[in-house]
Amino acid sequence: MSSISEQFGREDWSRHTPKQKARRFVIFAVCAAAIAWALSSIEVVWAWVWDSPQQMGDLFGRMYPPDATNLGVILRVLLETVNIATIATAIAVIVSLPVAYIAAQNTTPNRGTLWLGRLILVTSRSVNTIIWALLFVAIFGPGVLAGIIAIMFRSIGFIGKLLGEAIEEIDKRPVEALEATGASRLKVIAYAIVPQVMPTFWAVSILRWDINLRESTVLGLVGAGGIGIILQGAIDTFNWPEAATVLIAILVLVILGEIVSAVLRRRIL
Amino acid sequence: MLKITDLVKRYDGGEPVLKNLDLTIEGESVVSIIGSSGAGKSTLLRCINRLVEPTSGSIVLNGTELTSLRGGKLRAARRKIGMVFQGFNLVERLTVMENVQSGRLGYISSWAAIMRRYPKKDIRRAYELMERVGIAHYANTRADQLSGGERQRVGVVRALMQDPEILLADEPTASLDPKTSEQIMGLLRDLAGELKLPVLINIHNVAEAKEYTDRIVGMRYGRIIFDDVPSKLDRDAMDRIYSGSPHADRSDTGVAAQ
Amino acid sequence: MSRHPDTWSRPPFIANPWLRWATYLGAAIYVVWVVTTIPIDWERVAAGVERAGRIFGGAFPPSFERSQLLIDGFLESIRIALLATAGGVLLSVPIAFMAARNVAPLPIFYLGRAIIIVARSFHPVIVAIIFVKAVGFGPFAGVLTLVVYSIGFVAKMLAERIEEIDMGQVEAMRAAGAPFFSTLFYAIFPQIMPRQIGLTIYQLDSNLRASAVVGIVGAGGIGATLANAFGRYDYDFALAITIVIVAVILVSEAVSGYIRKRVG
Repeated sequence: MSSISEQFGREDWSRHTPKQKARRFVIFAVCAAAIAWALSSIEVVWAWVWDSPQQMGDLFGRMYPPDATNLGVILRVLLETVNIATIATAIAVIVSLPVAYIAAQNTTPNRGTLWLGRLILVTSRSVNTIIWALLFVAIFGPGVLAGIIAIMFRSIGFIGKLLGEAIEEIDKRPVEALEATGASRLKVIAYAIVPQVMPTFWAVSILRWDINLRESTVLGLVGAGGIGIILQGAIDTFNWPEAATVLIAILVLVILGEIVSAVLRRRIL
Repeated sequence: MLKITDLVKRYDGGEPVLKNLDLTIEGESVVSIIGSSGAGKSTLLRCINRLVEPTSGSIVLNGTELTSLRGGKLRAARRKIGMVFQGFNLVERLTVMENVQSGRLGYISSWAAIMRRYPKKDIRRAYELMERVGIAHYANTRADQLSGGERQRVGVVRALMQDPEILLADEPTASLDPKTSEQIMGLLRDLAGELKLPVLINIHNVAEAKEYTDRIVGMRYGRIIFDDVPSKLDRDAMDRIYSGSPHADRSDTGVAAQ
Repeated sequence: MSRHPDTWSRPPFIANPWLRWATYLGAAIYVVWVVTTIPIDWERVAAGVERAGRIFGGAFPPSFERSQLLIDGFLESIRIALLATAGGVLLSVPIAFMAARNVAPLPIFYLGRAIIIVARSFHPVIVAIIFVKAVGFGPFAGVLTLVVYSIGFVAKMLAERIEEIDMGQVEAMRAAGAPFFSTLFYAIFPQIMPRQIGLTIYQLDSNLRASAVVGIVGAGGIGATLANAFGRYDYDFALAITIVIVAVILVSEAVSGYIRKRVG
């Protein structure tokens, strides 16, 4: 009676062919080499690294118990932070509508406007809110205006890109039907395009508001208004108990924002 | 009267889809166009309201040459040509009333359109037509809530709201089940009579074409090869219209031979 | 006259009229209140036009003279992003298992979710200033920050994937008498691996973007170079850095998208 190994002539099995194995090995080696390069050449004081768990523990120790004596001011500035996010999102949503319109292939008037639209989106999206804030603080001086404009500039690219994609994906048949009725371009937009992108419009606006709430908490660190200023102040004066209160307030705000946007999304869509 | 002379349509330098086609539709007759897929039926219909740009030739509707119109004049001419589509082409997220009123978009101001302030006579007319086709109770329902037959009724009312001089229907029943399909065809025939409206229907189903229309035009490879009353459409004519085409629907031949 | 009605109005977005008008009124009051109370120093803003002219005048043409500084800054950003992605993804796997309802016991599940919520809620810049205070200026603070940032995203997405896995495969392994780790490697890892690889590459791209930002508060990398240039009013150098950042982000986005499409 022949054993299975005799029947098939082998008793070893491997999941991958030699070529696959070689490829996986190369990918693995490249990843390992990249990490090794990063580890060996990064300029850190290793003593500080080994020391860091103790330092972190120390820091959190100094934060406890949180000091709520300034809670009134913190809450007021927190509200200002919400206002920055909300107003900036509202303006960005309005401004991004024409940008999305010219950045969508099927609605843009001509090639020139298409590239203008895409240039606006790429510029806006590639520069982080904080970098925009640095620029606007330099221009308008420290304060909420720089923060609002920074958030606005970053949001236009985000909303405009997603809305533009939604416009490109619409069902073109109603557009054709309304063109056949003799409706002008504006009316075709209002009746055949706008209703189709409305769900995306609301979803993207709510999503961006949620993101902006988070971003507006750090604007203050570069002087652009909001709760970040108080956090920076507390940290600079080594007032760790107050910093802890601010951090907890931010945590609560962000979680509330997430709940509100989840509820809105469910109600509207 | 619709008079098409020497119409040619060629897409991007390929073989012409319509080859020197002539067709005249007089009075308020219901005319069906049959032919296999790719015969050029849909292109012919879309050339009339210029959703497709004709390469050469002439299309005259009640004294207006349509092929040379541009901009506002083209839109004014399109107002007078109603069209019903195979896929209904409704705006799904708008209510039935908004879809129906979108047939009036060529007539009302942009402000009235955007604010949904429709003229009283348009609203009354919409309710009349919607009741005529049996969808008046859906005025406030969103179009995506309706069944196929109901959606096509909305499509028909939208086209009629244009107060058209001719109605084009591009495979209006191809997305519907057989029973609904007959209802829609009956409706088109009856409305044509009531409104004294010529109707031009592209259709796959030869049995329906024979039952519901006054005249049948058979197309093959961009040419009209049959044009007569339904009773003259015999087996021989059917073979000429559908032969040599891989898309020919032989079951229609069987029904027609009965 | 006809018996048909001649008026029609669109069904309102919010059916209840009280709620509808309360919403409109509330929104209007909010806007008025914000616009009237927002603390903006308009005189300072008015001076902005002139300052903007000076900044943009100083920024053009962008200066690549100190390109060595630029390259060093970028290499540091890449190192930070690589190490943070490696560390963050490694830590994300156990945290994701903790935060997956279908594999973790309830108390551990809550702990896992809490870690993810905290990691997600704080903007990396806030995390960065805390780490800078705790472990000092420099790239190490940046790596720690982005490890936290990576956990917030990768662990969350991975936990959602784990919750969707086919438990039938796990049962089959258990039925064959496989021990815990064998079950993990044979029934669960194969199901989550493609998502894990996609997430890792996506996160590497995100970390590279974020590393440009955390540097502004002292956590190393190109952001630190940019903040310095801005602080010293070297607007031409700042513009050069920004252009390079944008270019690198676009390239990295394209590469990451390409690889994810190949893997996905």
